[in-house]
Amino acid sequence: MSAIVEVNNLSKSFGAFVAVDQLSLSLQRGEVLGFLGPNGAGKSTAMKMITGFLPPTSGQVNVCGHDIEKSPIQVKSVIGYLPEGAPAYGDMTPQSFLNFVAEVRGLTGKEKQQRIEAAIEKTHLNSVLHKSIDTLSKGFKRRVGLAQAILHDPEVLILDEPTDGLDPNQKHEVRELLKAMAKDKAIIISTHILEEVGAVCTRAIIIAQGKKLFDGTAQELEELSPDRNSVSLSLCLDDLKPAISALKLVKSVRSVEQRGESLSIQANSGTSIINDVALLCQEKQWPVKVLKVEPVQLERVFRQITTNPEKLREVRT
Amino acid sequence: MSHILAITKRELNSYFGTPVAYVFLVVFLVLCGVFTFYIGGLYERGQADLRPFFDSLPWLFLFLIPALAMRLWSEERKSGTIELLMTLPVSVQAAVLGKFTAALLFTATALALTFPLWITVNYLGEPDNTVILGSYIGSLLMAGAYLAIGSSLSALTKNQVIAFILAVVVCFLFIFSGFPMVLDLFQGWAPQFIVNAIASLSFLTHFQNITKGVMDLRDIIYFISITAFWLYLNVVIVEMKKAD
Repeated sequence: MSAIVEVNNLSKSFGAFVAVDQLSLSLQRGEVLGFLGPNGAGKSTAMKMITGFLPPTSGQVNVCGHDIEKSPIQVKSVIGYLPEGAPAYGDMTPQSFLNFVAEVRGLTGKEKQQRIEAAIEKTHLNSVLHKSIDTLSKGFKRRVGLAQAILHDPEVLILDEPTDGLDPNQKHEVRELLKAMAKDKAIIISTHILEEVGAVCTRAIIIAQGKKLFDGTAQELEELSPDRNSVSLSLCLDDLKPAISALKLVKSVRSVEQRGESLSIQANSGTSIINDVALLCQEKQWPVKVLKVEPVQLERVFRQITTNPEKLREVRT
Repeated sequence: MSHILAITKRELNSYFGTPVAYVFLVVFLVLCGVFTFYIGGLYERGQADLRPFFDSLPWLFLFLIPALAMRLWSEERKSGTIELLMTLPVSVQAAVLGKFTAALLFTATALALTFPLWITVNYLGEPDNTVILGSYIGSLLMAGAYLAIGSSLSALTKNQVIAFILAVVVCFLFIFSGFPMVLDLFQGWAPQFIVNAIASLSFLTHFQNITKGVMDLRDIIYFISITAFWLYLNVVIVEMKKAD
C-alpha cells in the first residue's frame, strides 16, 4: 500500500537560518507518528509546510496523491490541522466556531449537524458550547482546536502539541481519542513529552536543528539507550563490597554502581541480565529485598540524540 | 462561493458581536448629522438636495473606514488564527473577498441608516431622487475603494493602530492627489501627463462628478478598478506576510 503522506527532502530556510533541513518521511494509513525534538528544532515549521501554510524552500509534500504546491485546496481538504497554541476566534462560541469551520469545509444540512455533534461529543465540549472562546480555560481551548481538526473526519490528522496544557485526565482522554481514530487515518503529532511516544505513537521521528536524527518505533528508540536492561538490586547486607565484586565477574554485566542502599547494574548492550543476577543471588544466598529491571529513561536517550548526534551514529553502527 | 459566504458571515457576526459596531454606527450617524446640518447648512442653502451630506462623506470615510478595516487581517495575524484560516480549504483570494464583502455590507448598512436625511429633503421639497440614488451608489463604490486600501494595509502589520494610521495616510493621499498641495510637488519637474495622471487619481473629483448628477461610466470604472487593484495587493500581502 502506498503512503498517504509522502515528504521528500523538505527544506525551509529563513535568510541564512535553516529551520528544516532535507526532511523526508512517509506515513501509511493506521500509523501514528510522533514528531519529537527540542524547542526550535523545526517541528512546527515542518508541520506548517505539510499543511500548506508555509511554502517550502525546496522539496515536495504529497498528501493522498495531491501535491501541496500544485493543488493546495485538495490537500487542505483531506487534512485536519491543529496549529501550535490552538488558535481560535476568541469572540465566537465553540458552537458558532465549529459551525463556521464546517461551512468553510463545505459541509451542509444534516451532515454538517451530525459532524459537529460528533466532534463535540468526542472532545467533551458540551458544557461550554455557548461561552465565548476567550473566556475558556487552556484545556477547553485546546479541545475546541481538536474538535475543529477532527470535524470533517479527515484522512490525515496533523496535531501540533495536542496535549500541551491539559491535565493528566484530559491527556489520557486525548490519547484514547487518537488511538480510537488511528485505525483508518494517518496521524502526525508533535510533542516534547516522551511518554506520549510510548502511549500513542506507532513510530517516532526525532529532529534537532532541522535534521532528522532518528526514525523508528518506540521500542527501537528504547534500544538505543545504554541503560537498557539495567537491573536494580537491594540486599539486606551491611557490607556490599563483596557483592559488587562478585557481580562484576558476571559475563553479561558491564558495570555496577552503588546508589545509596541499592545497586544499579548495567548490562552489556542488548542482553537481559536479570536472570544472571537472580542466579548469582541464589548461589551466594544473599537476602534479596528488591530485584527489578529498571525502566528505560527515554529522556536520557532523547538528550543523547539531540545534543550529541555524532555519538548516536556510533551507537547505531 | 460557499467558502466566501461563510467567511463573510463570520466577519459580519464578529462586527455585530461586539458593541464596537453599534458605537461605530452611532458615531457615523451623529457626524453625518453634524456635517450635513451645521457645517453643510442643509436648511440655510434653501435647496432640496443632499449635497452637503455627500460632500462631507469623503472626509467622514477618511477616518471611519480605516477604523472598520484595521482589524480585518491584523487581528488574524496577531491571534494566530490566520494559520487556521489559511489551512482550511479556501484560497487567499476567497478569504480576501469574503472579508471585504463583510466590511462593505457593514458600510452599506451604515449608509442605509442615513435614510432620515433623504426623508427630510423629500418632505421639505422636491429633490432629484435619481441623483440621490446615484450618489448613494457612488458613496458605496468610494467606500469600497477605501475599504480595499484599509484591508490591504491591515495585512501588513499585527498592530491595529498602525494599520489604522497607514490606511488614513494612504486614503488622505488619494483624496488630495487632485489638490495643488500634492500636485505642486510634481509640477516643476515631472512631465505634464504624469501630473495629469496623479490628478486623475483623486477620489474627490470622481466622487463629485457622481454627486453632481453626471453619471459617467469612467467614474464608476475608476472606483471599481482602484478597489480591484488594492484587493489584488491584499492577496499578495497576505501571501507574503501570513507566516511572519
